[in-house]
Amino acid sequence: MVYDALIAPFAEFEFMRRALAGVIALSLGGAPIGVFLMLRRMSLVGDAMAHAILPGAAIGFLLSGLNLFAMTFGGLIAGFTVAILAGVVARVTELKEDASLAAFYLVSLALGVAIVSIKGTNIDLLHVLFGNVLALDDQTLLVIAFNATVTLIVLAVIWRPLVIECVDPLFLRSVSRAGAPAHLAFMALVVINLVNCFHALGTLLAVGLMILPAGIARFWTRDISAMMLVAVLSAMVSGYAGLVLSYLTKIPSGPAIILIAAVIYLVSLLFGTVGGIMRKLFPGRHLEA
Amino acid sequence: MAAQLQFRDVTLGYDRHPAVHHLTGEIAEGSLLAVCGPNGAGKSTLFRGIVGILKPLAGQIGLGAVAARDIAYLPQSADIDRSFPISVFDFVGTGLWRSKGLFGGFGKAEVARVDRALSAVGLTGFENRSIGTLSGGQMQRMLFARLLLQDARVIVLDEPFNAIDAKTANDLMDLVLRWHKEGRTVLAALHDLDLVRRHFPHTLLLARQAVAWGDTLQTLTAERLLEARRMCEAFDDDAAACAIDAPPMRAA
Repeated sequence: MVYDALIAPFAEFEFMRRALAGVIALSLGGAPIGVFLMLRRMSLVGDAMAHAILPGAAIGFLLSGLNLFAMTFGGLIAGFTVAILAGVVARVTELKEDASLAAFYLVSLALGVAIVSIKGTNIDLLHVLFGNVLALDDQTLLVIAFNATVTLIVLAVIWRPLVIECVDPLFLRSVSRAGAPAHLAFMALVVINLVNCFHALGTLLAVGLMILPAGIARFWTRDISAMMLVAVLSAMVSGYAGLVLSYLTKIPSGPAIILIAAVIYLVSLLFGTVGGIMRKLFPGRHLEA
Repeated sequence: MAAQLQFRDVTLGYDRHPAVHHLTGEIAEGSLLAVCGPNGAGKSTLFRGIVGILKPLAGQIGLGAVAARDIAYLPQSADIDRSFPISVFDFVGTGLWRSKGLFGGFGKAEVARVDRALSAVGLTGFENRSIGTLSGGQMQRMLFARLLLQDARVIVLDEPFNAIDAKTANDLMDLVLRWHKEGRTVLAALHDLDLVRRHFPHTLLLARQAVAWGDTLQTLTAERLLEARRMCEAFDDDAAACAIDAPPMRAA
């Protein structure tokens, strides 16, 4: 019985195994990026950028149908463009970065949906908006794995400046020039992982596997390395449980994964040992020293 | 002693308005200099100019043989994200950036150095606390521990003893004196004139311009302090472009 529900789907169907491999790779790359997004108070920036990818991917779709490389390439270009434009607008004008991002993302979403609708059917539109992790082919899987690997390697390289830049930017500026390149590399990683998640979860849910695990991790540890670990693990668990849920019910895979992550998030919010609600309400008797 | 820092007719400011106006002078290697003056006198601005965060509007700041990145700088209100999940040990360890860089390993020797720095500022036992749990004074001790590890030849402290109790201020002052003894150049912006008179051989009294610069006891006289206090703080929006070419020399 337990075997039938938890293991059999993956033993029997190749597409389930592929999907599982896909979400594991996404978790490895996306969750650590999500932790940094959260710590830099950029969670919503990630969300906005995920939508910004849409027109690029849609143009790729318009030119060559549901072609992996065209859509990935288009998404990367659109993501980088919006990231750079939002940064430039914020620096040159009085508008703050979040406001300019909000503007860009609304325009992008509208534009993307319009472009897909010109050529595609409603099914295509759903695919673009919510992704389809059950339809990952070999090529897509390889692209996702490749991107996750690149992410982890680059993150290892820029780890120290990135952490110092988050804690004490002025100090980093006074001892090293690494701050700006590290920030740029990080933004590039954000875009790469958004495009990655886009294939599996679509443009609307792409950040889900990045931000929710990060939020979960915040409630269980005060150490950044441990946070990465908790985030990656909870993303993997959400991915696996979400796939099982969507296999057993009629819920589509993308929303199922995100819903599981949301449940874990809710539990962490309530019972987390670091600042969880129960801890706050019932802290226990105060200590002697 | 050779000059470590040289100010050649330096004007620093914001939006063309000078906050430090036509400063000329030298700071010798190994000197211990207090920078005094009322709020808005340009002390912080001068320090930002020295560490290279602010470009002079006019004139030059000569750093001699030191690179700007070899100057350790303690800003007045450090822009530190205290909610960031990092331990005191790791935070202080970032002071080793110059020698360790991106990948330098953190071996026994480095751990021992961080431990020594923490014990020098009296924070032994705080290694695993996250920085958000520290009080204001403990935070300042931690920042001094990082300065210790930076091992810089020039150390610039912007109001290091603000909102700090007497014991902590004394402990940190001892560190400053130790740096002086080790031959490092130390600059500190301070408001406690008694402390300055007790410990600092030289003082720069700043009120946008240098009111006086030299031996502390001759600098911090009642009439000069009064003169410094008369400085007008507000910028004049309609001020004409400054026409002075060669200001009078004032040097230590």
